[in-house]
Amino acid sequence: MSWLKQTINSSVGAKSIVALTGLAMVGFVVGHLSGNLLVFGGPDAINGYAAWLRSKGALLWGARVGLVAITGLHIYFTIRLNLLNKRARPIAYAKKSYTRASFASRTMVLSGLLSLSYILFHLAHFTFRVTSPEIAALGHTDVYQMLILSFSSPLVAVTYIAAMVLLGLHLNHGLSSLFQTLGLNHSKYNPIIRSIGPVLGSLLAAGFMSIPVSIMLGILK
Amino acid sequence: MKLKLHIWRQKNAKSEGRMVTYDAPDVSTHMSFLEMLDVVNEGLIAKGEEPVAFDHDCREGVCGSCALMINGVAHGPQRGTTTCQLHMRQFKDGDEVFIEPWRAKAFPIVKDLVVDRSAFDRIIQAGGYVSVNTGGAQDANNLPISKESADQAMDAAQCIGCGACVAACKNASAMLFTSAKISHLGLLPQGQPERQRRALNMVQQMDKEGFGNCTNQFECEAVCPKEISVQFIARMNKDYLNASVCGPDPGKKAGGED
Ligand code: HEM
Ligand code: SF4
Ligand code: FES
Repeated sequence: MSWLKQTINSSVGAKSIVALTGLAMVGFVVGHLSGNLLVFGGPDAINGYAAWLRSKGALLWGARVGLVAITGLHIYFTIRLNLLNKRARPIAYAKKSYTRASFASRTMVLSGLLSLSYILFHLAHFTFRVTSPEIAALGHTDVYQMLILSFSSPLVAVTYIAAMVLLGLHLNHGLSSLFQTLGLNHSKYNPIIRSIGPVLGSLLAAGFMSIPVSIMLGILK
Repeated sequence: MKLKLHIWRQKNAKSEGRMVTYDAPDVSTHMSFLEMLDVVNEGLIAKGEEPVAFDHDCREGVCGSCALMINGVAHGPQRGTTTCQLHMRQFKDGDEVFIEPWRAKAFPIVKDLVVDRSAFDRIIQAGGYVSVNTGGAQDANNLPISKESADQAMDAAQCIGCGACVAACKNASAMLFTSAKISHLGLLPQGQPERQRRALNMVQQMDKEGFGNCTNQFECEAVCPKEISVQFIARMNKDYLNASVCGPDPGKKAGGED
């Protein structure tokens, strides 16, 4: 298995793990959003979906464990690579100008780490329900009411919206970048590859944001 | 025209360096950047000071030795141009110009603006040989090569090993250079027998030298004087991953190796 160790420890191998785990997380995010949008179908739609998910016991737990492992790998390898990168330039330039690196690409560590703190808050809020006694009192059956209750607080709603801006930013670079990392760069596909980050990243962010926004505007109540 | 220059001065590899400000009172727009530095150095020598050390050789954009970070951009403001081919008409009277060496752990400073780029040589050496069969001379045209592959191989082979890609990258990554060197052989039929081994060994050597990792910002492509495309980095990634999964087992010696 020395080949596996060698690959994982190499620059190209480690970065491809970042890309693959990133892609897997995007897969989760797409599924998560599709489920969440059922809130627009009314209480029965989303509560029914939540009940169905919970009825899958073992499967649900398998997916959760997998997701935590994937996220852990993503974070481990990005931090590892980032430290190596810092070490590769011990003395900074007195003057350095960027010629083409996008804002999103320059803020990946920040958008990633802020996303991480958001994910932890999000789990405490909706999964473990430890952030407020009102939510804890609702039990696990009324997801719809939990959303309405939570996002009627402007502070919570704005936090969620801001977090989605960060996710959109992270994916703006990440979703396009992962193709290059995995070796796909071809003039036939580059127009699609270049736009998939900004387009899909914004769509996903906008999709998630639509829920707190609709609740704040009273469209969902 | 008059310029104010901020130049990195460092006595030797071990001493500490700092930015020193010099006036260049009489710069002609026809001078190349290096000629401008020559004039500054003549002034320093006349005053009995140590001239600024910088690397140069061909002064016509082919050798890759002139390595200067000019106002935070490797090889300065003109795209697709080495420092030696950069002319002072790119600047205007009164400009302040910051001149620094390439900064990377893998490129230690020798003196002032001169860095040691032998890490690049070691990456090339790690690539090893290309099989050349002995025997009667073959007909020059008996290896079919598609026009696209030939063009791409020639594009990759244009790399002059200047190191601007490393200098411009926020991670001091050498992936544009290494990928160009891997690709110009990997695209041709003559480079196939060792293709996987070459990708593995060159990437491994690149990592060992202490270069950083690519974050796909493509600053390298923007400053490369030969406009080498980041397409080659994707190609290297693909070759490396393919060689890692399907290629030779590093735990096993090939026949004949000891
Ligand atoms: C949980 C905390 C997270 C951290 C700390 C984090 C950090 C990072 C960092 C530092 C990079 C490398 C950026 C670069 O190359 O400059 C990266 C890339 C990436 N991330 Fe994240 N990220 C996180 C969450 C996520 C999430 C939730 C997703 C997807 C939904 C995601 C998707 C991606 C993708 C697709 C890439 C691009 C990989 C590539 O360039 O090949 N990340 N992440
Ligand atoms: S890839 Fe371009 S910038 Fe990098 S060493 Fe080769 S010629 Fe210089
Ligand atoms: S001196 Fe040879 S490329 Fe500039």
